[in-house]
Amino acid sequence: MLVNNVKSLLNRQLRCCIQTTSVRLLCTAEGGYTSQVKDTFRGNYDVIIAGGGMVGCTLACAMAKNSLLSNLKVLLLEASPKSDYQLKSEYSNRVVALNQNTKALMTSLNIWKHVEDMRLQPVRYMQVWDASSDVMISFSSADMMDDDVAYIVENDLMLHAINKELLSTDNENTHIVYNAKIDSYQLPKEKYSSPQSIVKMANGDTYTCQLLIGADGANSAVRKAMGVQYLTWSYEQMGVVATLNLAEECTNTTAWQRWLPTGPIALLPLDSKRSSLVWSTWQDNAKQLLQLPEDQFVDALNDALWKQYPRSSSVETCTSWLSSCLKQVGMADGAARQLPPSVSGVAAGSRAAFPLAFGHSTRYIAPGVALIGDAAHRVHPLAGQGVNLGFGDVKDLTELLAEAVYSGLDITHPNWMEKYESVRQRHNVPTQFMIEMLHRLYTVDFMPVVLARSLGLQIANALQPIKKLIMSQAAT
Amino acid sequence: MWSYKLSRSVLNGTRNSGIKKLVWCSTQSSAPVADTKRLTHSTIDTSDVELFSKQMKDWWTPDGPMALLHTFNLLRVPFVRDGLVNTSQRDLYPLKDKKILDVGCGGGILSESLARLGASVTGIDASKDLIALAQEHRNVDPKIANNKPDYINCTIEDHAKSVANHYDAVVASEVIEHVNNQELFVKSCIHALKPGGRIFITTPNRTKMSQFFVIFLSENVFNFIPKGAHQYEKFITPNELTFILERNDCHVELTYGILYNPVSRKWDFSTYQHLQYAIQAVKLS
Repeated sequence: MLVNNVKSLLNRQLRCCIQTTSVRLLCTAEGGYTSQVKDTFRGNYDVIIAGGGMVGCTLACAMAKNSLLSNLKVLLLEASPKSDYQLKSEYSNRVVALNQNTKALMTSLNIWKHVEDMRLQPVRYMQVWDASSDVMISFSSADMMDDDVAYIVENDLMLHAINKELLSTDNENTHIVYNAKIDSYQLPKEKYSSPQSIVKMANGDTYTCQLLIGADGANSAVRKAMGVQYLTWSYEQMGVVATLNLAEECTNTTAWQRWLPTGPIALLPLDSKRSSLVWSTWQDNAKQLLQLPEDQFVDALNDALWKQYPRSSSVETCTSWLSSCLKQVGMADGAARQLPPSVSGVAAGSRAAFPLAFGHSTRYIAPGVALIGDAAHRVHPLAGQGVNLGFGDVKDLTELLAEAVYSGLDITHPNWMEKYESVRQRHNVPTQFMIEMLHRLYTVDFMPVVLARSLGLQIANALQPIKKLIMSQAAT
Repeated sequence: MWSYKLSRSVLNGTRNSGIKKLVWCSTQSSAPVADTKRLTHSTIDTSDVELFSKQMKDWWTPDGPMALLHTFNLLRVPFVRDGLVNTSQRDLYPLKDKKILDVGCGGGILSESLARLGASVTGIDASKDLIALAQEHRNVDPKIANNKPDYINCTIEDHAKSVANHYDAVVASEVIEHVNNQELFVKSCIHALKPGGRIFITTPNRTKMSQFFVIFLSENVFNFIPKGAHQYEKFITPNELTFILERNDCHVELTYGILYNPVSRKWDFSTYQHLQYAIQAVKLS
């Protein structure tokens, strides 16, 4: 009682002081006010999605369209300003390869239609070969019931298509805040009894939510606030990207990837005359490549695609022996190798590089928090899987959440969240592991390893069941 | 019987002196327990009612003594839901406009979950304390603020007298193994049910396996369930229950076995019915 009285007295005194100073020194006092501005509460939401990238926006869209989830109040926080996307004749240098599973998700959300209305390039054939032995494996749409192997779509076009659908989905429960600079998260501790997370923005706005979704990329602040163990290492490599002009016009529905001793170089088709480059190589080499004049860069590129690397004669002997054996029993011997296109030029200003790293969050969930996309897992782009794994997260998360709501559970109920974590980790971790193994296997130039991987690749190429297994893992 | 009671008393007798227990056992077993109980005209087993009333304090703690009932909701709520609504169109309140009677509702763990799916639930229980607890707890969850279950402290036979042909569904989950006169119990449940309404019962089977797992391991070794919650003699087999149901103008539609995985702490349906099972039956007329 007494303490309270004293407190209120002091408070009043203090306020008087501030008022007087504010009258005397209006400008400075005002400055003082804004810096000490009290947190303004902006509302309580059922779900807050931190990060409005491709994966985060797709989740918001999927929730708005799901009949069981559409009445959840969802807030999407996006750090960048609302973009005014215009389709240009020039291709953007960052592209993604989307698999059939992603296509199915996007079709169900009505997003695929927008992508098709703008542009995408189907991949009908994919050829991967080893520079150290010229052994190759190919995947063609004929192997998978004449369905396309993948689709090449530009990142910003994809994001625009998702946003377009999200905004046209007339759901007053979905709110989007652009230019959202998130200052900190305060996550709940207890598992049951409706947890609540607090999101503090840099401008003093605060939001609260029951379920917080971290879709904020590889450097996820949500993940850091969760305090989970994050397994990560840098590949000391960078992915050099560019839009390439091809020397000859062709149907160009083939994705090419050659394993150089420095890392894979991939040409992904964009249209009949252009392809997109993803060249993973050591950091210093990547920096050099960025600084080369255009003609020298094109030369280096054609070298990387065509140059004969020194071969070990024993590897040569073994692979040719195996291929003749395969031929005798009537299986694909890998001799019918197609030749990659040659590059004539680079679109001006399209060269860039981004760092490559591996990342795996040991937990995808915490009480009232879940991670999706790159926040939970990050992979080498060599198999074009990164964003597809993220879209798979979105699909499973919405399905499991809808199931939980249909059973009358809270949206933060540990039961569905644990299911989400185990379902996704059961898919993501083996995929990540495979990609990691491939990377390690192919960055070695040691003869026995080259021999082993060459023979393995030949056999995998000859055996349809193995190929189908690889494709089905990559397609889901 | 004697030896079984004895072994139970030895296991239970950590606090009470052994002699006292033995005396209690002998008096109990000297009378033909099961028979007298089955012949009574009340379904109430006062000792069980008292035992569960004692669990009141931690009834709603998700990992307290009633943890198994809380996790069991993840299985039995969809079981009841899918038994009542069977459409491809998924609705946020699938059980809207359904009147459900939760017999032996206890603190309302199942009643509230069903109310969250839109059902108008009536819960009845013989324990005054538990009904009071349920009535208090229904104000906690904001999701059921507009659809709070009604709780009545009465027996099923009394309740059935006042309402006949009323409910779309009657749920008796983990109750029938605690009542006397199981025939009267089932009869009363069916009496309250509309023709075409469904009755859902989950209960342990009466097998050596259920005796070992449900009573010995769960109650005495792992303490999943409060000690003394179950008496083996009162367990009922699926055949007996089906017989009672069909004799009372019901058609048994489904019988599932139920398994519990103590590692993942999850319940699941299975074809193995020797431990526990769920029955769904429809009232014909």
